Amino acid sequence: MIKRLVDFFGDEGYARSRRRLFYIVLALIVVADFLVPREHAEYLWDRLPGWSAVYGFGSCLLLIFVSKFLGHQGGLMRREDYYD
Amino acid sequence: MIEFVHPALLFILGAVPIPFLKGSIRKTYLVLIPALAIAAVLAMEPGSYGAGRFIGQEILFAKVDKLSIVFATVFTIMALIGMVYALHLSQAGQHVAAFVYVGSALGVVFAGDYLTLYLFWEGMAFASAYLVFAQGGERAIRAAFRYLMVHLTGGVALLGGIVLHGLAAGSLLFGPIGGGALAGTMDTGGYLILAGFLLNAAVPPLNAWLTDAYPEATVTGAVFMSAFTTKTAVYVLARAFPGTELLVWLGAVMALYGVIYAVLENDCRRLLAYHIVSQVGYMVAGIGIGTEMAVNGATSHAFAHILYKALLFMGAGAVIEVTGRRKLTELGGLYKTMPLTVALYMVGAFAISAFPFFSGFVTKSMVIAAAGQDHRALVVLALTMASSGTFLHTGLKLPYYMFFGTDRKLEAREPPRNMLVAMGIAAVFCIVIGVFPEPLYALLPYPVAFEPYTGVHVTESLGLLMFTALGFVLFLKALDPENTISIDTDWFYRKGARAFLWLAEKPLARYEKAVSNVSDTLALPLLHGTARAGLRVDLNGVDAAVNGFARAILVGGGALRRLQTGVVTHYALAMIAGVIAAIAVFAVVWQ
Repeated sequence: MIKRLVDFFGDEGYARSRRRLFYIVLALIVVADFLVPREHAEYLWDRLPGWSAVYGFGSCLLLIFVSKFLGHQGGLMRREDYYD
Repeated sequence: MIEFVHPALLFILGAVPIPFLKGSIRKTYLVLIPALAIAAVLAMEPGSYGAGRFIGQEILFAKVDKLSIVFATVFTIMALIGMVYALHLSQAGQHVAAFVYVGSALGVVFAGDYLTLYLFWEGMAFASAYLVFAQGGERAIRAAFRYLMVHLTGGVALLGGIVLHGLAAGSLLFGPIGGGALAGTMDTGGYLILAGFLLNAAVPPLNAWLTDAYPEATVTGAVFMSAFTTKTAVYVLARAFPGTELLVWLGAVMALYGVIYAVLENDCRRLLAYHIVSQVGYMVAGIGIGTEMAVNGATSHAFAHILYKALLFMGAGAVIEVTGRRKLTELGGLYKTMPLTVALYMVGAFAISAFPFFSGFVTKSMVIAAAGQDHRALVVLALTMASSGTFLHTGLKLPYYMFFGTDRKLEAREPPRNMLVAMGIAAVFCIVIGVFPEPLYALLPYPVAFEPYTGVHVTESLGLLMFTALGFVLFLKALDPENTISIDTDWFYRKGARAFLWLAEKPLARYEKAVSNVSDTLALPLLHGTARAGLRVDLNGVDAAVNGFARAILVGGGALRRLQTGVVTHYALAMIAGVIAAIAVFAVVWQ
């Protein structure tokens, strides 16, 4: 069973159904986020349904591009023999 | 019924027979000792044990309270998992080092005074360094030396702090320093102790030793290392510096620092090591906030972290063990041959990413909620962003490039069964803690009034994580690993050491030559004259006596030369033996 589950995520043949499942899950999460009760909202964003989805997506992009910028333009990334 | 068996002694004295045991007896023994230690921790009652006096100072060998019991529980469980993972190893040295390492970590956790703490602190540094030395090869040995040097430097700072603090406070008993309401009144000793602790917690800029050395350690050694050094540091910080404002900001920065470096990293275990830095950031921030909920959060997160981080290191270790490769640019397509490893690794990845029903969900969120309750919006946002980054790397990037991605047609198979069993145990803990958090919450130092499973929390977490996944899917190309290494703060001592050597070779050597020229022309003739006079006295009287003495030294030197093998691991082993002996003496004399 585990092998079949892992194969589902790896094999090229499942790519379509994988993608479809992924987008359905994303849509369900956003819908659910609109439906859940929000009692004690401490911060502004606690009151916004869908905030965490936007923040997650934004964080992901920010981290990728800021890090790669620091790595390439900031000189953090060096050849592997840099210390040799 | 014995009230208290010190689990540190169980491990440290228990390490002695390992080299003399063989085959299945040794394997049984290696599992038996951690099992006994778990029993000892479960049976122990809060209290003070082994009080005494040493050089006029109060010594408290073991102080047991709720905080130390939580850490001891997870340390002993982790020791069992780590030993199962390492069972297939034939070299006794690594087992001995692992035992001494675990024992020393437990010694720190129960230390009631700073001298005991310091002794075990150094024991940890030496024993863990051996796990890097044992890998062999120039890279590992160099990394191990750097690791040892950094930790010894940190140890010196700690010792200096202990002496100063002891003089100022009049007591060496280990307890809160300066933090909380007294913030700002900390003395130099307090700051030095804090620096020593922060170094072991891998707080930037003192973090590079971790990401430098852990990926160079042996496959099994790295699993132990990922668990103990930073988490003992979290423990001592929680004990001595709760509510220290500085820690909140260091923790928040640290959580993002590790995540940013993880984007750049190509070595699979170095990527995971940067995530130790990131995750320990949550704990450091929690301790800095210092409320009951925050300290609970930090403690429970340390508990969960040890288990899922070990699982991740075990997964990456399994890949290195069977393929011999460690770079993401050289790995890929392993899911067909290693499905069990993939599944077990992913349990750890879901746990570290804080998916609902995995351990991180019930612990990490407690730290973030405590920051929210304490009205620290910026910290909440920083830690939430780091959560997104955690899933991006350990949950998506690393498994994608290691197990899926481009098929490199590597010859692979599942790792030895003991490795899979160890990963299985850790995975079960990751899920059980996530589904039933109450037993863990009951262990925590303060009563818990936190409910992780609310509708909002579940949907928000899933939203954050799955939309991170969307970002990953859309920008996959930007994340392709590159064949590079990243400059971290170890640059200062790796390149700085070279500048020092240049200084030693060029200007200093010239200066020395000039000095020796002067001595050649002026001083030497004078000395020659005196020497000739001395020679006359010498030849007649002193020689006979000296000859006899010299012969004795020659014979002794020959014997010593045989001891000097020049093999670094032998020296390291001798150091560890010395530490064991010192601790044994310590235990016997001051009980």
